Amino acid sequence: MQDDSRPLSPHLQIYRPQLTSVLSISHRASGVFLALGTLALVYWFAAMASGPEVFAQAQMIAGAWYGQVLLVLWTFSLFYHLCNGIRHLFWDAGYGFEIRHAYATGYVVLVAAAVLTAGTWVLALAGGQ
Amino acid sequence: MDYRSPISRARGLGSAKEGAAHWWMQRLTAAALVPLLLWFVASLIGLTGAGYDDAVAWVSTPWITVLLIATIAVVFHHAQLGLQVVLEDYVHSEWLKVLSIALVKFAAVLLAIGGIYSVLRVAFGG
Repeated sequence: MQDDSRPLSPHLQIYRPQLTSVLSISHRASGVFLALGTLALVYWFAAMASGPEVFAQAQMIAGAWYGQVLLVLWTFSLFYHLCNGIRHLFWDAGYGFEIRHAYATGYVVLVAAAVLTAGTWVLALAGGQ
Repeated sequence: MDYRSPISRARGLGSAKEGAAHWWMQRLTAAALVPLLLWFVASLIGLTGAGYDDAVAWVSTPWITVLLIATIAVVFHHAQLGLQVVLEDYVHSEWLKVLSIALVKFAAVLLAIGGIYSVLRVAFGG
């Protein structure tokens, strides 16, 4: 057993955040947040199975401001986790380990996630009018 | 210095005899979710503004029913594998770690069954 009073490494509170480390912990955070989103997913299908009234209620929640905020956050988390997940799959296959590649692909992931999220909502809002 | 025998290294199973099964399944489900979730999000975009009847007609289309069930099953498998790694890394009390991982597994299975049951109920017009 480890003694809890021993100092821990790498002292996260004085460690300067880097793109690579921030994206790494964000991958986990977005994954946990998306896991919470599965509750909304199941609720939506269960509401549909329960009939038009319950489904209308679910659609109302999804369309309310708090529902829309959550859906935007889940959309961005999904695209971020998906794009960064592909980045991880390339690492697993042995590619992209150079520092400059890790940074370049990190920026590509952020831009791709932002563009996909914006595109999704532009199309959704245009279609919903 | 490597003390493992060549056959042990080749099998890569370790002492628990399951080796990289968790790691591999996490990657396999991730790869499956790329097309499934891109399709799902694209479908939801098409459904914005649609009413109950449109949503039911969409879920009831046979190949869509199949893909939705696949998506739900793989999503919960992937989520459970991911949450397990997070809990293994950050929960330091052994019994709490085992308990939380077990609870996440139970929840994932229950929610997956709930989601799949709902999709089937819509598809078969229950």
